[in-house]
Amino acid sequence: MSSATNELYQQVILDHNKNPRNFKALDHPTCMCEGHNPLCGDHVTVFVNLEDETLKEITFTGDGCSICKASASLMTTFLKGKSRTDAKVIFDEFHKMVKGELNVETTPHHLGRLTVFQNVSNYPVRVKCASLAWHAMNSALDRVTVTSTE
Amino acid sequence: MKASTTKEPTVTPIPFELEKIRADFPMLSQTVNGKPLVYLDNAATSQKPRAVIDRIMRYYTEEYATVRRSIHKLSEKATLAYEGTRKRIAQFLNAPSERNIVYTKGTTEGINLVVHGFGGKFLQAGDEILIGATEHHANIVPWQMLCARNGAKLRVIPCHETGELMLDEYEKLLTDKTKIVSVQYVSNALGTIHPIKQMIALAHAKGIPFLVDGAQAAPHMNVNVQDLDCDWFVFSGHKACGPTGIGVLYGKEDMLNRMDPFLGGGDMIESVTFEKTTYAPIPHKFEAGTPAIADVIGLGAALEYLSGIGMENIAAQEHALLEYGTEVLAAIPGLRIIGTAPTKAAIISFTIRGVHPHDIGTLLDQEGVAIRAGHHCAQPAMQRFCVPATARASFSFYNKKEEIDVLAAAIKKTIEVFT
Repeated sequence: MSSATNELYQQVILDHNKNPRNFKALDHPTCMCEGHNPLCGDHVTVFVNLEDETLKEITFTGDGCSICKASASLMTTFLKGKSRTDAKVIFDEFHKMVKGELNVETTPHHLGRLTVFQNVSNYPVRVKCASLAWHAMNSALDRVTVTSTE
Repeated sequence: MKASTTKEPTVTPIPFELEKIRADFPMLSQTVNGKPLVYLDNAATSQKPRAVIDRIMRYYTEEYATVRRSIHKLSEKATLAYEGTRKRIAQFLNAPSERNIVYTKGTTEGINLVVHGFGGKFLQAGDEILIGATEHHANIVPWQMLCARNGAKLRVIPCHETGELMLDEYEKLLTDKTKIVSVQYVSNALGTIHPIKQMIALAHAKGIPFLVDGAQAAPHMNVNVQDLDCDWFVFSGHKACGPTGIGVLYGKEDMLNRMDPFLGGGDMIESVTFEKTTYAPIPHKFEAGTPAIADVIGLGAALEYLSGIGMENIAAQEHALLEYGTEVLAAIPGLRIIGTAPTKAAIISFTIRGVHPHDIGTLLDQEGVAIRAGHHCAQPAMQRFCVPATARASFSFYNKKEEIDVLAAAIKKTIEVFT
């Protein structure tokens, strides 16, 4: 495989695709949102238990490509325990990173291990795969129940 | 591929020389990600031979003027080329006359034209429209829009696990309520060649008109609209080595005469006063506004190119690629071919256990292999086979077996990455 592909499909992404974390529905979420990518049919539902403005629990269900699933999985592990305000900031930074508008090498950020997705910006058709679960999470926090990448 | 017509070839077939043919297509010598391009997305759109590119260039550089309006010499020449292509298309489809040939933007517009011009005029609440289970969205959505307007109902002919339509169910669905049948000749998602001639005869036995979506058929096999006896046949130029933005609606003369125009404007009229407009005779009554002249002329060059190779030769070469591709791909562990009808066009739709089609698409692209990954604008067909999407390799006569070997090797590498 070419190095370009290794850039995109890093081991941690392949691992989260194969063994997604927090891959389940919550019985009584305080907020949830179903996200669709109408272009490719990927769909992800994000469930959140928001207590005192903190994401006590965050899980997801759905089906999509490896980038979509790994992104959802890593998001849930990263955001658990974070405040609603922080989650919004990280959403904004993540979105900018995958669109190529935030250079994580040169600009301060709060993305930590989420930077494994930085090379997605070199694959414009895959940006929506990486950001679908994030859009769903962001909308869930806004109490919107259905969203789309379009 | 099954021979679908009895039409005699109009051009004596020349021996099939693959390398010579490949040299006609400038795009085929491109590289992608540092690898030679292996273009297997032909069901989406075909590459263009030099003859088409040059013909369009010549029109713009030496012959450019509008058609059917101005008196000057250039316009006269452009009109000759433009209307001459209509004759060429009639010949290509074995239509009785160029009056049967309406220029459209493509298959989608052709279907919409019949939906508006015929469906909008003659269908009423409670009437039924019959389509197949694996239609392209272009042959679903316009009918649904019509149903929402006039209360007609959309009925669907179910299909078998192989991708073949259930003909016994089809016969049961043809009732007094059925006012039109609209079915694809060849499935873009699965490759199935439907027994369209038989289906048309069954509809006609009950006096029901039949529209054939020929987008995946016209570029790949001999089509004879009089032998099929279809009421309408639509296809796109860009899938047939021609330009984008140009397509064809063939219609029987009485059907075209009965239909209302779709767009109003210049060129489609006989006379206009503020009180009343009378329409031009067919086919011009459906062609309002300045048409895509260069693209029409380019399509003429494309059909000439295809006929020069011979549709029988094209069908035979593509069938050989289908057989080889099916054999090679079916041997890959974990790969499932979706669409296994005995008569298929050169389209192989597949899934791989544990690998999403988009990831297949991205990793194949790294090897220079262009395929389609997604729902192929046929989401109901995907739902029928319980998959969100498939990867699809679709072959053209200019592809070679070695390219299928590259495809297979790239698929094996992809599986390695994900296991």
